[in-house]
Amino acid sequence: MSPALDPRPVAPRPKGEAWLGWASFLLMIGLWGAAALAVNSRFLPAPWTVIAHISWLTNEAHLLPDFTVTLGRAALGFVTAMVLGTVIGIALGRSRLVDRLFLNWVVVGMNLPAIVIAILCFIWLGLNDKALILAVVLNKTPLVITNIRQGVLSFDPAFDELARAYRLSRGQTFRLIHAPQLVPYLLTAARTGLSLVWKIVLVFEVLGSDSGVGFRVSLFFQFFDLKGILAYTLVFVAIVMVLEHVAIGPLERRLLKWRTDQT
Amino acid sequence: MAHGPDLSLSIARLTFGGEVLYKDFHLNVAGGEIVALIGPSGVGKTTLLRILAGVETGFDGLALVDGHPAPLAPVPGLVFQDARLLPWLSCADNLRAVRPDVSDEVVAQALAATGLVDVQDKWPRQLSGGMQRRLGLARALLVNPRLMLLDEPFVSLDRVVVRELQALVTDLIVQSGATAVLVSHDPQDAARLAHRVVIIAGRPVQIAADLALDALPAQRSRTQIIAYEDRIETAMVESAL
Repeated sequence: MSPALDPRPVAPRPKGEAWLGWASFLLMIGLWGAAALAVNSRFLPAPWTVIAHISWLTNEAHLLPDFTVTLGRAALGFVTAMVLGTVIGIALGRSRLVDRLFLNWVVVGMNLPAIVIAILCFIWLGLNDKALILAVVLNKTPLVITNIRQGVLSFDPAFDELARAYRLSRGQTFRLIHAPQLVPYLLTAARTGLSLVWKIVLVFEVLGSDSGVGFRVSLFFQFFDLKGILAYTLVFVAIVMVLEHVAIGPLERRLLKWRTDQT
Repeated sequence: MAHGPDLSLSIARLTFGGEVLYKDFHLNVAGGEIVALIGPSGVGKTTLLRILAGVETGFDGLALVDGHPAPLAPVPGLVFQDARLLPWLSCADNLRAVRPDVSDEVVAQALAATGLVDVQDKWPRQLSGGMQRRLGLARALLVNPRLMLLDEPFVSLDRVVVRELQALVTDLIVQSGATAVLVSHDPQDAARLAHRVVIIAGRPVQIAADLALDALPAQRSRTQIIAYEDRIETAMVESAL
C-alpha cells in the first residue's frame, strides 16, 4: 500500500494552535515594517504604505483588471493541464506499452526550460492569449502526468482483486477503488501546479503580453516603482492564501477525512 | 434448503515464477459441502481459492461452478485473510461497495448477523482486528453467496476472537446451505468447520490426504474436535515425510 493510502490514523492538527499560522504571518509583516523603518529608503516602503497604495491602485489604477486577466489565464491553463495530465498520467500508469512509448516525452517536457517553450509558442502563434495559455499548459502538464502516473503505479493490486472477485463494473472500480487512491496525488499535483502556473503566467506576461499582473510589474520595474511591485506582490500572496485556506485546504480535509477523523 | 453449487476444478498446468506449481490436479466439492484446504504456508492454497473466485485465469485447465466457468458463475462471498476493507469508505459503504442496490436496513442486518453494532458510520481503521474480519464477513454475506471462499479468515487473531468467529462462520454457512472452501494452515480451523479436509503438499502440488469428518460441524463436541484435530495433524505430518 502506498504511504499516501496508509490507513493508520494521521493525527489532526490541534485546533488551539491555528492562531500560530496567523501569528507567523503578522511576524513577517512586523519584521518587514521594522526593516523599512530602519532603512528609511524609497526602495523598501513600509507595509502600511504598500497597503494604502493597494487601495489607490484598486480605485484609481488597473489592479482589478490586471488580476482578473491573470487569474483567468492561470485558471484556464491550470484546469486544462490538470485534465490533460490526469488522462495522460492514467494512460501511462495503466499501459506498459504507452508508458514505454511516451515516458521520454514527459521527461523532455519536464526539463525543457519554460522560457524556451514560451518563446516558441509566441513565435508560432503570435503574441496572444492562445500562445500564452498553450505555453502554460505545455509547462505544467508533464508535472501532472508524473504525479498521476506515480499514483496509478502505486495502486494496491489487492483492491483490484477485490473488485474482480465481486464483479464490480469498470465504472464502479474507478469510483470506489481507483479514484480514492489517486486523490492524494491529484491534490499534490494541484498544489504544486497552482504555484507553478502563477509563476509561469507572470513570466510569460512580462515576455509577451500587454495586460495582466506580469505586464504591470514589468512597467513598475521600468520606473523603479517598488511600492507598486510590493503592492501587487501582497495582493498576489493574499489570493494564494485565500485559495489555500478556502479551497484546497478544506477540499483536502474533506477528501482525506478517513485518515484524520477521530469520531 | 437449496444447496450451494458443485465445484469441479481441473488444473492441467499452472506455473508461478517459472516453477510448475500445479500439474494434473483435480478437486471436486459437492454442493453444500464445507471443504477445508490445508497445507503449509506458501504451498499454493490461496491460488486455488483465487481460481475458484474467478480472479486467477492464467492456467491450463478448467474451474467449473455448477457446470459454468468460474468467472461467469454467481458472485462468491470472498473473505480475505487481511479483511481487505476499503479504508476511505465507512463500514456501511464498504458493504454497499459490493451491493450498491441494498437498503440501509439490509446493511444493518448483515452487520448485526456478524455481531457488529453501531459501526455503520465508522471508518474501518477505527475497528479492532476481529471487528474488521467480521466486517469482511458481513460484506461476503451481503451478496447472498451460494459459494463462500474463505482465505485464512482467522489468522493473526487472538484465541477468544478466533473461537467466536469460527462459531459464527459455521452457523452462517450451515444456515445458508452454501458450498464453502476454507483455506487454512491450522488443523483446528478445519476440525471445527469442515465436512471434509483436503491436505495438499509437494511441488507440483498434489492431494496428500482427503479426510471426511463425520459429525456435522455445528454439532461437534469438544472431544470430537480434538480427535479430528489430531487426525488432521497426523495426516499433515505424514504428507510432509
